[in-house]
Amino acid sequence: MSTTFWIIIAGAIATYLTRVGGHLVISRFENIHPRVEAGLNAVPAAVLTTLVAPELLHAGPAEWAALVVTAVVSLRGGLMAMFLAGAAVLILARQFVG
Amino acid sequence: MATDVISESGGRSDFWQGVRLSMPVVVASAPFAVLFGALAVDNGFSVLEAFLMSALVYGGASQMVGIQLFGQHVAPWLIVLSIFAVNFRHVLYSAGIGRRIAHWPVVQQALGYFILTDPQFAVAEARAQSGQTVGFAWYLGLGLPVYLFWIVESALGALFGKLIPDTHALGIDFLLPIYFLGLVMGFRKRPLWLPVVIASGAASIIAYKTVGSPWHVSIGAVAGVLLAVILPPHHSGVETRP
Repeated sequence: MSTTFWIIIAGAIATYLTRVGGHLVISRFENIHPRVEAGLNAVPAAVLTTLVAPELLHAGPAEWAALVVTAVVSLRGGLMAMFLAGAAVLILARQFVG
Repeated sequence: MATDVISESGGRSDFWQGVRLSMPVVVASAPFAVLFGALAVDNGFSVLEAFLMSALVYGGASQMVGIQLFGQHVAPWLIVLSIFAVNFRHVLYSAGIGRRIAHWPVVQQALGYFILTDPQFAVAEARAQSGQTVGFAWYLGLGLPVYLFWIVESALGALFGKLIPDTHALGIDFLLPIYFLGLVMGFRKRPLWLPVVIASGAASIIAYKTVGSPWHVSIGAVAGVLLAVILPPHHSGVETRP
């Protein structure tokens, strides 16, 4: 079996643990400490931000334009609208600035 | 027996009611499934591996993160840890939905947790809050189409991805940051969102420059979460809980 295969299996087990684990673990407690809850609430934004921020270091004009448009569209539209808008700007801009 | 017929037909209509509610999710997730398949192949996955990852992990953002790190030749355990980190939010969904489906048989619960995605949680929780029972047939009707379309479209995307000649001109290499920025913006109504984003963003850039990739992901994430833990609870909007 390849390494890729084992990454997928382990990733699948880790994911299933998150989906069943909250029920198994957290439901045993009457209350979650507010600070723990605040930390859990911050997890998605914290993790996802780290996937975007370093890209800014080597982003050119086309990439910047795409990210700005994505952020602006997100204030009104849903995930699909902002993604398509950002992708459209990126593809269009790359035709001119590479 | 009459009661069997009634409960069975009730289960069947519940199932189709769930299927109807699943359609917007199927449509919205289709481009991401195709995109995942194409990017997976672009990052060195085979078509079968892309299909397997969609079928077994079944978590869009975490799959994107996984293949991006795989393409950067990051250590396998760190890829798995990153998938775990991105999916960690499901712990809260799991804790929330647990009381709604506790009356199901254990095997059905085990299956129910497997398909507990963001929209699955949101729609099921909304149904529970409106006073209706979250039954297994309804829940499966809501989740099964999304799952089946997701894995088939991933495989199609992987097949299609091999045919794309110039990924740079099509922007394939930068679609993930755009997608992740979209996800980050989607959480902007949460308390402490801006401070967490600034802390994680700054920490990840500094770590990227100093420690290097892929540690910037873990270091940046820990910085944001720690900030939320350290700040007084009245800032984080959770102190009103009983």
